[in-house]
Amino acid sequence: MTLRGVERPGAATIARHGTVVMPPVVPTGRDLRLDLFRGLALWLIFLDHIPSNLVSWITIRNYGFSDATEIFVFISGYTAAFVYGREMNERGTVVASARILKRAWQIYVAHIFLFVIYMAEIAYVSSSFDNPLYSEEMGIFNFLKQPDVTLVQALLLKFKPANMDVLPLYIVLLAGFPPMLWLVLRRPVLALAASVTLYALTWRFDWNFPAYPSGTWVFNPLAWQLLFVFGAWCALGGAARIAPVARSGPVLALAAGYLAFAFVIAMTWYIPHLAAFVPKWFAEWMYPIDKTNLDVLRFAHFLALAALTLKFVQRDWPALASPLMRPAILCGQHSLEVFCLGVFLSFAAHFAMVEISDGIATQVLVSALGILIMVATAALITWYKNVEGKKHGPRQTPPNADLAGGEA
Amino acid sequence: MRVLAAALIAAMLVGPALGADEGGCFVASSFVHADFALPQVAAAIGAKHLNVAVVGSASSTLPGAEGAAKAYPARLEESLKRRLPAVTVKVTAHTRARETAAEMAKSLQQVLVEDKPDLVIWQTGTVDAMMGVDPDVFQAALDEGLETLHAAKSDAMFMNMQYSPRTDSMIALGSYVEAMRFVALQREVPLFDRLAVMKNWNEMGVFDFYSTTKRIEFAERVHDCIGRLLARLVVDSADLAAQANNSGAGSSDVPNKDIH
Repeated sequence: MTLRGVERPGAATIARHGTVVMPPVVPTGRDLRLDLFRGLALWLIFLDHIPSNLVSWITIRNYGFSDATEIFVFISGYTAAFVYGREMNERGTVVASARILKRAWQIYVAHIFLFVIYMAEIAYVSSSFDNPLYSEEMGIFNFLKQPDVTLVQALLLKFKPANMDVLPLYIVLLAGFPPMLWLVLRRPVLALAASVTLYALTWRFDWNFPAYPSGTWVFNPLAWQLLFVFGAWCALGGAARIAPVARSGPVLALAAGYLAFAFVIAMTWYIPHLAAFVPKWFAEWMYPIDKTNLDVLRFAHFLALAALTLKFVQRDWPALASPLMRPAILCGQHSLEVFCLGVFLSFAAHFAMVEISDGIATQVLVSALGILIMVATAALITWYKNVEGKKHGPRQTPPNADLAGGEA
Repeated sequence: MRVLAAALIAAMLVGPALGADEGGCFVASSFVHADFALPQVAAAIGAKHLNVAVVGSASSTLPGAEGAAKAYPARLEESLKRRLPAVTVKVTAHTRARETAAEMAKSLQQVLVEDKPDLVIWQTGTVDAMMGVDPDVFQAALDEGLETLHAAKSDAMFMNMQYSPRTDSMIALGSYVEAMRFVALQREVPLFDRLAVMKNWNEMGVFDFYSTTKRIEFAERVHDCIGRLLARLVVDSADLAAQANNSGAGSSDVPNKDIH
């Protein structure tokens, strides 16, 4: 039985019993849509993380249930399976697992690096800020007064400052990925069933990881794994399997209807007078739309978005090659670096708004500047990797493997 | 256009003198709208005796010897007395720093016994957000607290967090704000949206909350404004109840009449 590679002709075809039928040398072109949408998701996450930013009105979270996080996690699962799945078939389960764990370790180090920057920022802010109106809010600086506890809790991934919850989620997802990948490669349906079961049990029994100083993780890995595994399943043949259904008329109509419904509901969040039109029983059934545990409404919203996107943005969409798309694609190809940079830049942008001006002009400027820096950095990394690649000879590492989601 | 006009009015009113800045407070009026009635308060006003309790954390207080008199609970009392000259008004503040909603919910019973309030204004959310309390737990605490209050036949009103731009990127308020709005809507309890009001003041230039000022006068003016707007929401919500009563008694019904 052959797993139907990736949903495209000419992609690597992975045979079940460990032998791999590969197109010669470099895998033929990667699916640029993955990079494009991951790049866009990174930009949106950056914009959403700048508090009181007018520009964040353009981001998708304001027009429906799901947001950029879903896109990011799904594509990360997809690329992780694509890259490490091939690795697992070529070099065995142990080697591939080791590489996955190495990647998780890299992300852990990146997270701790960001945490240090965060601590530097709040230390600076706390030294200059003593407005008597905010004696309560200044309690947040108390973490500085007990570094023994705060630092240890941060290293344990229990203390996570605001907006620094995505990388810990990612670390846990990758750390738990090897056995799941092994299963997806062999019994994809069983793997998906296991993932759904874990998700259901998590909802049923309120499982989550503990956080410090109280509460639980903002992104519950036990629930969000559903999206990650679903991405992996799609990458290893699932997408091809469901494509006929996902592209059928009724499904697309359903997806469009659901997106419209979510849009209307989202409008009631911003125009309180509209909220009166939502029947009370319905509101009680629907709310809260739980982000922590990846609410079914959010998951469905992501699926609807994905179905419509795949319909209108085909793999061979000419615009994918246009220079206009290049910036987002570049960012998507170096997602870890650009993600971390984005977290830092959103701190910096907020800092600029606090210290210089909070006018609309500043908000637009720091938002645009931030994205520009993300793009420039991604371009620099691409250039550097190309240079390095040439030095080591053409086939030391497949040039595309890294792009194809070593940046998983 | 409306924004421009409001900004102009704000500039005119804030500009000249401290004493004239009541108008500045009311720039944010559109965020203080009586959506739900306060029947107990309406009855208490009818009986010429209104007793209000404010339950909250540190952001309901101001530091210093004058703090208690300058913080918004005392300003609310002043403003209510001005608005209801024929009524004896008493506002009591029960504030404890660093208390979460769950802890406050537990202490509500005692407040009810001590004060026998007609209305409890419950300010909460900031501490829970800073501690990262599970939003579900937070929401359950709000529900529990409201049940306690309603069982004792007291009206209830929520007040949410302050707008604090400097700590904005450090305290993730989002899910707690949503939880409060949701519970308020579901249980038909008025919510004083302090966050939206202060944000609006900042946008309109009434107050600059980015300021690093250490002057207590700034905080006092903010609390005075909060007290005034809060008084207005209390009276408007009570009027809503009175109106409902009148129309129920068969007098001419004026739905959605603007009561400002």
